[in-house]
Amino acid sequence: MTRPARLRVDPIACDGRGLCAEILPGLITLDDWGYPVIQGEVPAALVADAGEAVRVCPKLALHLEKRR
Amino acid sequence: MRAYENITGLPPLVADQPADQLPRLLPAGFAAGPASLAEHIGRYGLLPSSSGDRPDRQALIGEVERSGLTGRGGAAFPTARKLAAVAAQAAPVVVANGTEGEPASAKDKVLLARSPHLVLDGAVLAAAMVGARQAVVVVHQSVREILDQAVAERRRAGLDRVRIRLVTGADRFVGGEASAVVHWIERGVPAPTLTPPRLSERGLGGKPTLVQNVETLAHLALVARYGASWFRALGTAREPGTMLVTILGAVNEPCVHEIAIGTPVGEVLSLAGGASAPLQALLLGGYFGRWAGASEAVPLPFSTAGLAPLGAGPGAGLIAALPADACGLAETARVVRYLADESAGQCGPCLFGLDAVAGEVQRLADGRTSSLATLRRWLGQVDGRGACRHPDGTVGLIRSALTVFAAELDQHAQGWCCATRRGAVLPVPPRRQP
Amino acid sequence: MSVAAAVAGSQGLWFVSRASGLALLASFSAVLVLGVAARLGSAPRRWARFAVPEVHRTLALFSVAFLALHVLTAILDPFVTIGWAATVLPFASGYRTLAIGLGTLAVDLGGAVLLTSLIRRRLGYRAWRAVHWLAYLAWPVAFVHSLTAGHDLGLWWVALIEWGCAIAVATAVLARVLQSIRHPRPAGQRSASFDRLTPQKGALR
Repeated sequence: MTRPARLRVDPIACDGRGLCAEILPGLITLDDWGYPVIQGEVPAALVADAGEAVRVCPKLALHLEKRR
Repeated sequence: MRAYENITGLPPLVADQPADQLPRLLPAGFAAGPASLAEHIGRYGLLPSSSGDRPDRQALIGEVERSGLTGRGGAAFPTARKLAAVAAQAAPVVVANGTEGEPASAKDKVLLARSPHLVLDGAVLAAAMVGARQAVVVVHQSVREILDQAVAERRRAGLDRVRIRLVTGADRFVGGEASAVVHWIERGVPAPTLTPPRLSERGLGGKPTLVQNVETLAHLALVARYGASWFRALGTAREPGTMLVTILGAVNEPCVHEIAIGTPVGEVLSLAGGASAPLQALLLGGYFGRWAGASEAVPLPFSTAGLAPLGAGPGAGLIAALPADACGLAETARVVRYLADESAGQCGPCLFGLDAVAGEVQRLADGRTSSLATLRRWLGQVDGRGACRHPDGTVGLIRSALTVFAAELDQHAQGWCCATRRGAVLPVPPRRQP
Repeated sequence: MSVAAAVAGSQGLWFVSRASGLALLASFSAVLVLGVAARLGSAPRRWARFAVPEVHRTLALFSVAFLALHVLTAILDPFVTIGWAATVLPFASGYRTLAIGLGTLAVDLGGAVLLTSLIRRRLGYRAWRAVHWLAYLAWPVAFVHSLTAGHDLGLWWVALIEWGCAIAVATAVLARVLQSIRHPRPAGQRSASFDRLTPQKGALR
């Protein structure tokens, strides 16, 4: 059984574009200035979407750490 | 490879330093001017010779571990552990951090100005212990000239095998943060970088880097001479040794003093001539520290364990005394505005969040708002969301102010403030032009 | 000449090459405009934020199909000797060396942009971004290639497509340049504020 994965934001690279929050609305919310707040670990069902969000980030600021 | 050579012709014996006497780091009697190399060696003797081989290094690191020396830059990380981590890597580099970006703190500047050779000893020693060929010593511009002369003295005496490189530190608050120091040395940009990777694995020039506060290195130079037991003769069992403390605010003689860790706060204040006015609160640790009520704090030992019940700590060694006739909220608001302006500007939550929070704290101090809801919400959104601890430290300061100055908050909400003092207590540099 | 006869005859490959070339110019221009829009955060209001970058990427990959068709039909055309080398080596064609060479150059530049984008996570942001700038060079090279290698500019609708592409790209580039002037990045220091492009809901600045 794969353990849930964790999303991590590189705060220096992140520019608050907000694409990640659109793809993972339950998992990523935006603070009052548009920067992402990760709400917990990535459930198995959303790992594919999380990979999508990682790919789409224009600043390559989102990282998915898979745990075995 | 011999790390140290005695070719100065001075007596090679290590002079005895009484274990339980202060000061250890600073010259006795606060003589004006820096201790020359001759005076330094006259007082402390030379660093013990070391072959620089691995067993020798391990033995020294073991001694440091027994001494219980921890970092004096504010984080109090066990020094031996840091040394061991970097010593295990190839081709490391040592950075002595004397930037002291905190405007209220003066201990590193005073240490460098009075005992430059002790710091340089420590830097050279740390380099030998981890196998580094170079020690980069970052100092505040006000003491740069003194260090230039000290390094020149040592070079003339052929004292060190390790190359010492002097760099003037960045004149910014975040400039003192470890990764920011490395970034400053490498690229002239005083901005923290993202960890991982840790500096002990990849730092200056991509090499494993040991970053130590200059005071830590000074203590290191003494532990190498006199041993762990000597070091532990002062201080507490869990927090041994001495530390430098900047004492400022409503005290009669603001200064930097060396104290045994665990000295009661009241006694520390008396070293600065005692309070110059009835006190309401103390800022403990620095601008990333915590406010505490004066009467609660005064009897407590100035140590991590001693101040823990108040949610505070010694931090970077600072006590600022707030008199009863000043407004704690106004002081906090000024400091928070400064901290917000000093954001490196790399991370959105810090750049925008601290700015918003600073505005809100100012509104509370001015009595223009009484609701804490927005502020608490923003504090929660800012805490821990940057690449470094800048937002965290600021949030901690504000939260402690909301607790300690709760009565003032009520007063301001009702439209009045009991403060009568006009001038500022906490030093904040003038706002830089954008 | 009827389309059927053209396709059936040896003119067929030549026809497809020209048609796919035009389609390629149009899609490449659209990709560039979308790329600028992604950078500036300009999009129709109802679109999700990831829509513009995703369409930019999808259309770019799609353009490879037009490119393949365009290049293959040109090489395989028995009437002219371009040679396989000219697919990647600029100015290696015997036939109309300069005009074809520009096309090859555009492919090389665009190819670099595309390939680095496919591996951009491994490459790292800085390297990827540096190569991506080549897109602004690839387009004018491709455009001049279309003017010099193309035969159909006499046709009014072909000229319309060419002009349309040029105007669209010029507008996008102008917008990009204005953005750089209005929000210059301070030398040596990254700053979060200068990259904030899309106004955020509830933002306080």
